[in-house]
Amino acid sequence: MTPLQLLTWARGTGLGWALALCAAGIVLRLAEMLSLGRAADLAPPRARSPGSGWRTVFSRSLPPPGMFRREPVSYIAGYLFHLGLLFILFLSAAHIELFHALWGLAWPALPSPLVDAMALVAIVSLLVLLVQRLTHPVKRFLSGFQDYLTWAVTLLPLLTGYLATHHLLLDYPLMLALHILSVELLLVLLPFTKLFHSVSVFFSRWYNGDAFARKGVAS
Amino acid sequence: MSASLRRGINAFKEVIDAPIASFFSSCVHCGLCAEACLFYTETGDPKYTPIHKLEPLRRVWEQEYTVTGKLKRLLGLSRAVSDEELAEWGPLVYDSCTLCGRCAMVCPVGNDLTTMIRKMREGMSAAGHAPEGLVTATARAIQTGSPAGVKWVTLQAQIRHMQAEFDIEVPVNREGADYLVLMSSWEILNYPEYLGAVGRIFKQAGATWTLADDAYEATNSGIQIGASDLARELVGRIVTAAERLKVKCVVSPECGHAYTAIRWEGPNLMGRPFTFEVKHILEVLDELRRDGRLKLRGTLDVPLTYHDPCQLSRRGGVVEQPRTLLHELAPNFKEMSDAGTMNWCCGGGGGVSANERAHELQLTAFLRKKAQIEELGVKTVVTACANCRVVMEEALEHYHMDVEMLGLTELVAEHLAEDGQS
Amino acid sequence: MRSKHQLTVGEGLRQHGISRRAFLKFCASLAALMALPPSMAPAIAAAIGRARRQSVIWLSFQECTGCTESLTRSHSPTLEGLIFDLISLDYHHTLQAASGEAAEQDREQAMKDNEGKYLLVVDGSLPLGNPGYSTIAGRSNLDLLTETARGAAALVAVGTCAAFGGIPGADPNPTGAVPVGDIVKNKPIINIPGCPPIPLAITGTLAYFLTFGRIPELDARGRPRMFYGDTIHDRCYRRPFYDQGKFAASFDDAGARQGWCLFKLGCKGPVTRNACATLKWNEGTSFPIQSGHGCLGCSEPGFWDAGSFYRALSMPVGAVGATVAAGVAVGAAAGLAAALRNRSVRAGARAAHEKVGVAELGGGAEK
Repeated sequence: MTPLQLLTWARGTGLGWALALCAAGIVLRLAEMLSLGRAADLAPPRARSPGSGWRTVFSRSLPPPGMFRREPVSYIAGYLFHLGLLFILFLSAAHIELFHALWGLAWPALPSPLVDAMALVAIVSLLVLLVQRLTHPVKRFLSGFQDYLTWAVTLLPLLTGYLATHHLLLDYPLMLALHILSVELLLVLLPFTKLFHSVSVFFSRWYNGDAFARKGVAS
Repeated sequence: MSASLRRGINAFKEVIDAPIASFFSSCVHCGLCAEACLFYTETGDPKYTPIHKLEPLRRVWEQEYTVTGKLKRLLGLSRAVSDEELAEWGPLVYDSCTLCGRCAMVCPVGNDLTTMIRKMREGMSAAGHAPEGLVTATARAIQTGSPAGVKWVTLQAQIRHMQAEFDIEVPVNREGADYLVLMSSWEILNYPEYLGAVGRIFKQAGATWTLADDAYEATNSGIQIGASDLARELVGRIVTAAERLKVKCVVSPECGHAYTAIRWEGPNLMGRPFTFEVKHILEVLDELRRDGRLKLRGTLDVPLTYHDPCQLSRRGGVVEQPRTLLHELAPNFKEMSDAGTMNWCCGGGGGVSANERAHELQLTAFLRKKAQIEELGVKTVVTACANCRVVMEEALEHYHMDVEMLGLTELVAEHLAEDGQS
Repeated sequence: MRSKHQLTVGEGLRQHGISRRAFLKFCASLAALMALPPSMAPAIAAAIGRARRQSVIWLSFQECTGCTESLTRSHSPTLEGLIFDLISLDYHHTLQAASGEAAEQDREQAMKDNEGKYLLVVDGSLPLGNPGYSTIAGRSNLDLLTETARGAAALVAVGTCAAFGGIPGADPNPTGAVPVGDIVKNKPIINIPGCPPIPLAITGTLAYFLTFGRIPELDARGRPRMFYGDTIHDRCYRRPFYDQGKFAASFDDAGARQGWCLFKLGCKGPVTRNACATLKWNEGTSFPIQSGHGCLGCSEPGFWDAGSFYRALSMPVGAVGATVAAGVAVGAAAGLAAALRNRSVRAGARAAHEKVGVAELGGGAEK
């Protein structure tokens, strides 16, 4: 198989399967999760509350009082990685073309040099997070095979994407094929690893906010 | 599998719901929950990371309620939770957690770890892995009505004493009263002035109230040990009395977990909404103040601060009421850093103070509170939970700190305007 | 008269009235093409001048004749045209004067006279599905190729069909088309792909062979590096716009009129190796991108099946939606089963609840 043929497979059959498995996995995990339901709370909620489920979905993205001082690296590297990833994913011209093809929607792209910078920011943040995971006593204590696997699976698309865009390391068709294949790997693993937090976080934050809100606390 | 382990694992399976499933699904091992937990911050031991305390529950969730978990179990990639493991987790779940709730405020993906620990205790207690002190307290509460074994006769003595000292009447078993007042054993034993304070305040406000001689204990060891069957029995006594006496409102005393037990868990344990309201004494005081029925005079001028009991403030929503009262009474009221819903636990709630095994750890955890007080440099700390008060008094003594603890209700009662004054 | 095979190239050129000056100019261009210093031009001239005219046999199989068309586009004497004075094209369906039996005899004679020394040029793919799909004088392509290749010094597969299977070889490949390289295994093969190839790629390669008597440096796909060493993308004059992120969104929009990068319009420049961006077409007039149309990737294997010509490289190939919908359906079915099982497991646990009294607490065995 030539690199161009591998690329064509990755753009076609591979992508179809990866998206299908990802979608199937997400639906399955959500069903597993939500089928367990939440018992009605018979205790009367507070009449007025500064909090709510939806509020926490968004507000939990900010560090709570006192926490940033304690863990600045976690917050800064975490933000930069996520923001960088989202920027690249949704604001680079090549990816917008992909979404255009999949969903029929398109929107303006950021200039390529800016996307480049965000990619480097995201990659460096991931490296910082890995070092932190290996050296911070709590993170090292909590981490196992899955944490390092998901780290690698997250880094690969960023790294191969950067290399492909800049025609570095390998022949372009091969580099681009590897980039797309690495994304497909991430898609397939997403529902079955902690990467699923990208979907479940909306639920967990909402449940949290709702529970605290009933008691009159904004969490 | 032994009968007790089976009971425990079964209880784990019973309590897992969609929120818990979403929490375990979302955890990314960021470790930020550890930085919110005083047991980690003051010891530096990563095993006190809140999410780690939940590992056995997580494995049961994964193995019983997810396809991948079942697969892993089949392929031998995930082992069943064992009795040894639950024994090992006992100190993590009971000694190093007061259900304070800070972790739940901090987790970036929104995990309510506190509620998960509460639920995990259901399995731990059913499997026989609850700590001795807490088991003894629970047994005493079931058998005698009070975890400290305080009997009605003891309370009767306090009643006589208060009536004489403050010229009040303490009604017992009065039907149709506005308020059924509960007490905690700590108050009865250590701070009996609380009863006098309540009596004086209600007298001035013209509110009708009563005690019940078969339901005077507010605390609920069943909640702390995490055995809903027992918690239900304990709270049921209050509900029965309240309905029998047809009171409008049950007043939870200065105690954190008692409030949680009756206000938030109570109806769910009983399986039906209450026909009466439930309020913490501070909520009652605040209402009376807003209605103009609470007339105060004078101030306590020393620099002081307020310690938020976790179950009252962060897990209960009674945050502003004590501050409103203190602003009226204490011109030198200063807030600690991290005050309000992010305040640090005294280290003794959630059953820890009844747990001898946890004593050393609890004293170490108190270093966080110590630092907060020292940072502010005050010598007076007001609070509204008798357990916090006892725990902190002991710890302050241990660390040779010259700091006085005050109860807010007593403070209010001390500053009631006599007739004619304002 | 000596047979045309026995004339030297120099003698042949003089016979055609090509001046020494024109010939030297040609050799200077050849030197430049091959990235050699200008001082090599006299050496090239001497070598070519002395050489016996190279015998070339050209076999055409499943082809459209586009490759020959490309090579012969000349209305006035051009560099491409001059090559025909340097070689002896002993067999070529379109260009030969003879036909029928006479043509076949010419081929066989040339093969005999130049045994082991002639170049075999092939355009078009070979149908292995059924030899009847393409025959010449009643003989299958496969037979003709194997017979003619036996005495050749080297093979030149001209055009993407001969080099990689080309358009006949595209999905579903009804004729079972294969490239030359799949059939001939024991001879050196130079692939000069393109649909059609740039004329200079053909003539330049032949000139190299004539000058140095050996095959030029080839890449992993057998293509001469001097013409196929770079991608279109690496030599494209619109590359700065790619780097800046300025793309034409549709044909003839504002960006297109400003000559912006055609990535979004499906340009395959980044994955295509050819010399179009430097040598261009029609004697250096233009090339597709310069004319506002994305590169089709025609010199790459499987270019016809590499997704639509108008879909950017980052877009999916084929309809992905249906597969995803199927995935969602499978997930929903599995999810329903999982949901029912979860609820049943929990209901079972609740039914199996054993009341926890003080005795069950274990009497506080944990100290």
